[in-house]
Amino acid sequence: MPSDPAGEGPAELAGTHTVRFPGGYTRSTGPVIGRFLTELRDGRLVGVRTAAGRVLFPPTEYDPGDGAPLPDPPEFTEVGPAGTVHTWCWVGAPRPGHPLDHPFAWAAVLLDGADTALLHALDLGPDAPADRPPARLRAGLRVRPRLRPEDERTGSITDIRCFRPEVTRITDDHRLDYTVRADAALTRYLEAQLHGRILGSRTRGGRVYVPLRDVDPVDGSPMAGEVELPGTGVLTTFSVNHVPDPRAPEVPFVTGYVRLDGADVDLLALISGVEPGKVHAGMRVRAEWLPPHERTRTRPSIRWFVPDRGTGAEGERR
Amino acid sequence: MSAVAVVSYASRIHPEGTADSEAGLVHSAVTEALARSGLARTDIGFTVSGSLDYLTGAPFSFVGALDALGAWPPISESHVEMDAAWALYEAWLRLRHDDVGAALVYGFGKATQGSLPEVLARQLDPYYLAPLGVDAVSLAALQARAVLDAGKADPAGLAAIAERAAGRCAARPRHAPEDAPPLPLLPGHTARPADGAAAVVLATEDTARRLAAEHGTAPVWIRGLDQRIDGHSPAARDLARCPSAERAAAGAGLAEAPVDLAELHTRHPHEEVLLREALGLGPEVPVNPSGGPLAADPVMATGLIRIGEAARRIAAGTARRAAAHAAQGPCLQHNLVAVLEGDAR
Amino acid sequence: MSRPAAVIGVGQTRYRSRRDDVSMPGLVREAALRALDDAGLGFADIDAVVLGKAPDLFEGVAMPDLFLADALGARGKPLLRVHTAGSVGGSTAVVAASHVHSGAFRRVLAVAWEKQSESNATWALTMGHPFSTSLVVGAGGYFAPFIRAYIERSGAPGHIGHLVAAKDRRNALRNPYAHLRIPDITPEAVAATPMLWEPIRYLEACPSSDGACALVVAGEEEARTAPRPPAWILGTAMRSEPMTFAGRDAVDPRAGRDCAADVYAQAGIADPRRDLDAAEVYVPFSWYEPMWLENLGFAAPGEGWRLTESGATAADGDIPWNPSGGVLSSNPIGASGMIRFAEAAQQVRGLAGEHQVDGARTALGHAYGAGSQFFAMWVVGAERP
Repeated sequence: MPSDPAGEGPAELAGTHTVRFPGGYTRSTGPVIGRFLTELRDGRLVGVRTAAGRVLFPPTEYDPGDGAPLPDPPEFTEVGPAGTVHTWCWVGAPRPGHPLDHPFAWAAVLLDGADTALLHALDLGPDAPADRPPARLRAGLRVRPRLRPEDERTGSITDIRCFRPEVTRITDDHRLDYTVRADAALTRYLEAQLHGRILGSRTRGGRVYVPLRDVDPVDGSPMAGEVELPGTGVLTTFSVNHVPDPRAPEVPFVTGYVRLDGADVDLLALISGVEPGKVHAGMRVRAEWLPPHERTRTRPSIRWFVPDRGTGAEGERR
Repeated sequence: MSAVAVVSYASRIHPEGTADSEAGLVHSAVTEALARSGLARTDIGFTVSGSLDYLTGAPFSFVGALDALGAWPPISESHVEMDAAWALYEAWLRLRHDDVGAALVYGFGKATQGSLPEVLARQLDPYYLAPLGVDAVSLAALQARAVLDAGKADPAGLAAIAERAAGRCAARPRHAPEDAPPLPLLPGHTARPADGAAAVVLATEDTARRLAAEHGTAPVWIRGLDQRIDGHSPAARDLARCPSAERAAAGAGLAEAPVDLAELHTRHPHEEVLLREALGLGPEVPVNPSGGPLAADPVMATGLIRIGEAARRIAAGTARRAAAHAAQGPCLQHNLVAVLEGDAR
Repeated sequence: MSRPAAVIGVGQTRYRSRRDDVSMPGLVREAALRALDDAGLGFADIDAVVLGKAPDLFEGVAMPDLFLADALGARGKPLLRVHTAGSVGGSTAVVAASHVHSGAFRRVLAVAWEKQSESNATWALTMGHPFSTSLVVGAGGYFAPFIRAYIERSGAPGHIGHLVAAKDRRNALRNPYAHLRIPDITPEAVAATPMLWEPIRYLEACPSSDGACALVVAGEEEARTAPRPPAWILGTAMRSEPMTFAGRDAVDPRAGRDCAADVYAQAGIADPRRDLDAAEVYVPFSWYEPMWLENLGFAAPGEGWRLTESGATAADGDIPWNPSGGVLSSNPIGASGMIRFAEAAQQVRGLAGEHQVDGARTALGHAYGAGSQFFAMWVVGAERP
């Protein structure tokens, strides 16, 4: 025995002790358990039928209800592959011997066709939170076994690595890229907006459309000429929107139809600079433009319309 | 029940693509077709179009095209999300009610805007096929393989078909540098996506005869019209056959008399082999005198253009009876056959 | 002459915000099999199939008729897929009827559907191209200004929309397929919900639903031998007008008036309020009931709101509108139009169950789409024309 350090009282004696049978235990399975494990090693789930017709899974050689023997020879029947969760618990901090090293559930799973449930691990993904179970973990959840790869299966209940929920949705994250070309009328309209000009078209009958376009939608005839319009006009009707939109700074925000002076159709635009409750049909508005350095030829340069309080014809700064 | 005739046709095809809008292309084709027919816009009793939102990547792409028609006063109008040949089918059904004298059919597509093999792949079964990322050209290559393995064609024969089509379209480069399709397809064996539109005016017998008398337009009678669809998954079909095209040809009465030419919706050379067989067209029947889709493929207008091109040649007197065919879906899944005939001379 | 046609089978799915329990083929088959069963037929008896759906961006599958052909027994048959924006369910029914009127087909299966929960309807609808010159807003934001213009034009009091919203949801309680089921709903409860786009409040707007609706349209002989009463198609019409043009009245569109006039003339309807027993009308936001009452000739211009307020359009009124609960209660966009047409048919067949209008012999089905510019309508009756 090692001697105590000189001068102190006796230290507590502690050491390690390991019990492990070299090579492991060998257990004979008998015909029923053996059959179950053989089938499982080979990729199938089978239960056994009692005299009353109930299917035990995993199978035992007797009816656990009353110990009665099974019919002889035993009648094996495939169950699953899917099952239903009956009860469960959520393991937030797995122990070393647990089958998974991230949070998971233990669950009693009743395989389809079986009358008794199987206990096993239920994997809800590596990102499952430790502090609470995922919302979809509930009795009735449909699950399926995930078997180990064939060459790793040895005939053990752990040949099922775990269970996983059935697939109920797939994600389709496809993306298509297009190159879109603006036609001549649209290109000209947007180019003019870069310079603070609003262009429209006049029909043969003298009606004025804005934005610029090639064809009169009423009769399909070509437009007769180009017209420049002022940035002032009248709000014909509008909507006060309480549903947020990425393009509008905050809710509520107002969108409305603006009949520019001289035009015969309306432009749909954002209305700003006025309390929503004070907006009314018939009010005069004028365009407010993006500052020149923010303008691009890929979108209109009018930011929005604001109340036009001036009675004069100064127009806005462009 | 009155007979129905094609009384005019016009197309606008841009193999290089165009900045012109869909509405602009439609306006141009419709204006010309109406002018050629002798009818005014207000004489049209029913209008139907065919187009595909996914070509442009936005919903309701057909709505903008309405502006090109002068739809005022309001018109009786419909639309199919299909090749415009099927819009013609809907118009033909409508004219058979015998209360409307003329119908306008148009189709359009700017197939150069996106990557067509991926765009067309959006048609595939979303559970088992789309997630694989398989594209439309790969599926066509599967069918080409099946045709070769069935002994229905050999590589030289397919090359000859492609050469003939290329010869009719001088603008097409013989081997586009980006063309590296899955084998056995070769460069130049895939239809060239184009931007375009087409319009056809149909009329019932009384109207067609009146127009012939007043304007000298030669009516081209639709003697038969039928369309059928096959099962979807290319893996589950015998790709060396085209049963729905056979049925459509039978339903259209194609075999009743020989045809002088056929315009077929062939986007690859092996499709011509399959369709000749399905439609019973012998080697003496010229196929795609217009150049066909291999030369330029304004998707969603291409099938209607086959009908228009066949009709145009009958109206011009260079053919008496013709077959026109349209197709859509992977590996010729859905087929339409029209049999056209001019008056006896 | 066009041949007579009748609806001999109707099938619907239970409408829900998410039909997570079915695939797309499963959804359409649910409605199709019910319609075939109602007609005493199988897929093999069908001569042609017509599918209808709103933009393919909702589900992310282009031309889904191609992959659904197998699920609907369409192999070897003619097939069409109609797309006319929001009116598509109605125009699909019109095209199916056209097949039979043409004399070329005797039994046509029509299916309209949407599984819009697979993405988001607002996202799909507001997707625009670059260079857009116009603001792109969702459906409610688009229609709200025209509702405001109607209210100013007509002088209608502000609570009319609440009456419609409550009425349609009360009707929905008697429709086992309806999505929204709100027991004890009242106009006051509607008025207390958050404002979305003035004046439309949360409960005055349609839901977003998944679902499918199917019809079997057949010829005269087949209608006579069908196991259940047919709904004879007395008239069909479609009208379209451009969305923006000088002088357009977007509140009371002429395309809607002309479409109604056409279908009424075919069906011998002189006074819709008197001659029709029920109407299933596409009302996605509450105020569209009084607006469409005027557009469809049930009330004089400016008077539609009075008709709503009087209770005439309630289930126990003299001209029930949307006894099924309407679009306000269930809205799978591609199917909604066909649901209107199908519910009108069920009324005259006497098969509308708990929401049956007693003695209904003639009914109107109505659908509209896009910027109030596409209209499809039919009139159905219990008597052969």
